[in-house]
Amino acid sequence: MPWFIKPKERKRPEREDIWNRCPTCKAHVFKEDWHNNLNVCPRCNYHGKLTAYERIGLTLDSGTFREINETITPSDPLDFVDGKGRYRDKVEQTRAKTGLNESVVTGTGKIDGRPVVVAVMDFRFLGGSLGSGTGEKILLAANHAYDRRMPYIVFSASGGARMHEGILSLMQMAKTCAGVARLDERKVPYISVLTDPTTGGVSASYAMVGDVNIAEPGALIGFAGRRVIENTIKQKLPDNFQTAEYLLEHGFIDCIVDRKKMKITLGRILSFYNR
Amino acid sequence: MNQSSDFEAPIIEIENMIEKLKSISDDKRDEVAGQIAELEERLARQRGEIYANLTPWQTVQVARHKNRPVLSDYIAMIYTDFVELHGDRRIADDRAIMGGFARIGKHDIMLIGHNKGKTVEENIERNFGQARPDGYRKALRLMKLAEKYGLPVVTFIDTSGAFPGLDAEERGQAEAIARNLTEMARLEVPIICVVTGEGGSGGALGIGVGDVILMLSNSVYSVISPEGCASILWRDGAYASQAAEALKLTANSLAEMGVVDEIIPEAGGAAHHNPKQTAAEVKKAVVKHLKRLKGWSPSRLTHRRFEKYSKMGFFTK
Repeated sequence: MPWFIKPKERKRPEREDIWNRCPTCKAHVFKEDWHNNLNVCPRCNYHGKLTAYERIGLTLDSGTFREINETITPSDPLDFVDGKGRYRDKVEQTRAKTGLNESVVTGTGKIDGRPVVVAVMDFRFLGGSLGSGTGEKILLAANHAYDRRMPYIVFSASGGARMHEGILSLMQMAKTCAGVARLDERKVPYISVLTDPTTGGVSASYAMVGDVNIAEPGALIGFAGRRVIENTIKQKLPDNFQTAEYLLEHGFIDCIVDRKKMKITLGRILSFYNR
Repeated sequence: MNQSSDFEAPIIEIENMIEKLKSISDDKRDEVAGQIAELEERLARQRGEIYANLTPWQTVQVARHKNRPVLSDYIAMIYTDFVELHGDRRIADDRAIMGGFARIGKHDIMLIGHNKGKTVEENIERNFGQARPDGYRKALRLMKLAEKYGLPVVTFIDTSGAFPGLDAEERGQAEAIARNLTEMARLEVPIICVVTGEGGSGGALGIGVGDVILMLSNSVYSVISPEGCASILWRDGAYASQAAEALKLTANSLAEMGVVDEIIPEAGGAAHHNPKQTAAEVKKAVVKHLKRLKGWSPSRLTHRRFEKYSKMGFFTK
């Protein structure tokens, strides 16, 4: 055995357990502090991901959430198999790991006492991808809002369409847009909150057509992937490209709101709806 | 010379033999006439066999074929009185999408389509049919104009995708496509969409929401290109053929899934072998649906369209 082989780094699991490393500023933050700060880095204000239920807990008045259509879950309409295996197995693993049935959780609740319908995406479920079940739940929630004339709020967190469902995934873009378009007809408010990341087919459908589009600080929002664009135009992209701040600058979102102020902001916006 | 793919080699071979025989001097023509007839018969049989048995990946090659008819060919072959309308009234006239007033048979319509070119120059000017937000906004402007004039909208879809560029993102590619999806869902005139070549994801859907979706038999329509899918899910673009298979992107598969309402047969096995007859088939199908949807009230149209898209997808309850 040659003498110059580096000894394996000693593992220090206890350290990993209590520390969280911010992916943006690389600061080490106590997990507890990270969590108490709503998964936001106390040093650089990076907004980390939240699970759908964490988000619901932060946004709705306590105890008001009633979930709807919670049993909807992917089937495997294409019998899809890729280099890593079968889609249906992947779904089963994801369901077991996350306890979720789809990439979005929908239901009703209240914000400052005002009834709302919410759809909250969860990135842990296949990257928050837009599958048939996701589209169905977002449409049904929109229909719920339409039937009862309740404001509709969607929190997006998604890498885009779900390739494993092929064209059916693409069609969910049209389906969800048809759902939110109908809200205009009854003058029902539709607020879209774009969180990190909201890209591809989700940005190019319901996420971008809110009456009001709100984003969390630093969220990645865009249509085409950064690498694809760089390969196409052979040109370096600006550092803040496709961030919430970049979209605000170019006129595609109304405001960037810190997680801590999200509920109060949504409540204030809803207070202007007096129909 | 023909641009072709490997599986078309037997066809090219017979075509070349026929060409050679035909160039034989006049005095020997009688002698070779029989041979030519026989070869032509063989050619038709060979074509039929080859195009009836394409793999999905081969179908992608046909859909992208350099000689495949593009929008301007269809305009010349099946439309009359075309008045091209330019610009989105905001920033530019995107040449990747073309549109304007047109007549097909006795029907006045608004025609909108992706505008692929055939030569390098045309393709540079039209950005290979890859539209920017300006293109989708021009399309929407024309659709709203059609609504005002009570004209049905006919869209021709043929794009590898929306343009992935810095300026496109800056001007809101996502918003432009999303806006079209919402507006097309409730447009108060009939919308007939025809996938004529490549149906490339959101870039195709951006002008692809309608009352009836038609598809040429060798066209494809997919959420992502086979190459893109392979590079993500197989971690290697070389698996494009497997990805094409898995994505179920052919007209037959799409019809089975209820995404496509009707398949238009391509004459001569593939549109580039017989553009004229293929265009005639396209015209026949479009006119048939224009007739069918004529006189539908706006509420009936938008209601049915909403129902149609509400049913898209398969999941477990």
